[in-house]
Amino acid sequence: MTLYLQTLPFLLDGLLITLLVSVGVVLLSILVGIPAGCALVFGPLWARVPIRLYADFVRGVPILVLLYFVYYGLPAIKVNLPSLTAAIVALTAFKTAQIIEIARGAFQSIPIGQTEAAKSIGLGLFDRFVYVLAPQAVRRFLPPFINSVVDTVKGSSLVSLLGIVDLMLSLQQVIGRTHVALPLYAMGALMYFAINFPLSALSRRLERRFV
Amino acid sequence: MTENNVMNEISIEPVIRIAGVTKSFGSNQVLKGIDLDVGKGQVIAIIGPSGSGKTTLLRCINFLEEYDGGSIRIDGVEVGYKGGAGERRRRRSDRELATLRVDAAMVFQQFNLFPHLTAAQNVMLGLVKSRGKTKSDARHIAEKWLTRVGLADKFDALPSQLSGGQQQRVGIARAVAMEPKVLLLDEITSALDPELVGEVLAVVKELAVEGRTMILVTHEMAFAKEVADRVVFTDQGHIVIDAPPASVFDEQPNERLRAFLSRFDVVGP
Repeated sequence: MTLYLQTLPFLLDGLLITLLVSVGVVLLSILVGIPAGCALVFGPLWARVPIRLYADFVRGVPILVLLYFVYYGLPAIKVNLPSLTAAIVALTAFKTAQIIEIARGAFQSIPIGQTEAAKSIGLGLFDRFVYVLAPQAVRRFLPPFINSVVDTVKGSSLVSLLGIVDLMLSLQQVIGRTHVALPLYAMGALMYFAINFPLSALSRRLERRFV
Repeated sequence: MTENNVMNEISIEPVIRIAGVTKSFGSNQVLKGIDLDVGKGQVIAIIGPSGSGKTTLLRCINFLEEYDGGSIRIDGVEVGYKGGAGERRRRRSDRELATLRVDAAMVFQQFNLFPHLTAAQNVMLGLVKSRGKTKSDARHIAEKWLTRVGLADKFDALPSQLSGGQQQRVGIARAVAMEPKVLLLDEITSALDPELVGEVLAVVKELAVEGRTMILVTHEMAFAKEVADRVVFTDQGHIVIDAPPASVFDEQPNERLRAFLSRFDVVGP
């Protein structure tokens, strides 16, 4: 028991890094991904083509490849990022592509009749977007988005491969010193679960409410 | 192209003047030169087999569908395009279209209510955003119209809490509250359970009686016969007949019309 109490602060530091990476990635990818997703639906062709290519390409590449590309690859062109920054950049690049797709789907799954009804009572593009499409898109966006946040938290364990001491790496370090694997991994798993389960539950609730 | 065109009985300038309108979807020409004038206060029922272009024609009037050739004018203003005779026509901007579309508000087969807004908010949105009413004015107008269509107890109900017939009556209130120059009704009872059709048609009949200009695409032959001033029969992209309902339904002056009407058993002389 003392062993767990002694290791707990160390694991909590790791958990904090995991949360920092996840929150950073989610916020940044929302900031870029939602406008890009809207541009993919409503924008002119010259905006849609590069966004489409980006989203398709990035989603087709393993996250680990992106991580190594940013951390080990970019220095070749004189872009040297510290490991934590590199990790956030790589995961954000991936998450942004997902958010673009989720946002696009949220808008495109709204029946065309909604736009037609809005047009027929004289709403211009801006009003149609703000008062008719966006409120409905938000409801369609939230459930897959929250699932995607869960994926981010889990996927952030990959940053341990860049030597960042997140929950995953702190677990491994503790286990390396104590050789007590099973209970510690179980504890780590529970910590991930403690973050993700409420999110999944929220997602299910939203789905029931809106879909 | 049209037989029995009764438009010449009307001396005033028509509210809607459709001339030579053509429209193709790919290689399939669905409108092959449509001419139709609608006078103020007239109720026009468009009937015809599916694929005859009747819904497409209706959708061209408020430019939900772009037409390829010809012209559609509401009170003298060309609907979708600008540029005079001889000039190359240019599509109007979204903003211009928005302003013009209010003059031809549409009620849809699938209702298309905004699901995140209450009945009253559905009606208010256009009043506030395109008619420039204040919220309280718009609320007042919305309540007036919802009461008119028999939904005085449903102001704050969401569409999902309403029956199909009630939803469609909100749809009518939403369109007519805009005080459009013409009301377009696109098969508005086709998606309803049979027992709910009557309540919706009753509302439309009231609007007809009070002299609103309306164009309705419908499969309710008995209703068309009852409320329409003119019945327009379209087939294969043409207007085949444009005549008063008595003439269309009782005399059935055309072979294709007879073939079409024989599929409905509701219309007796």
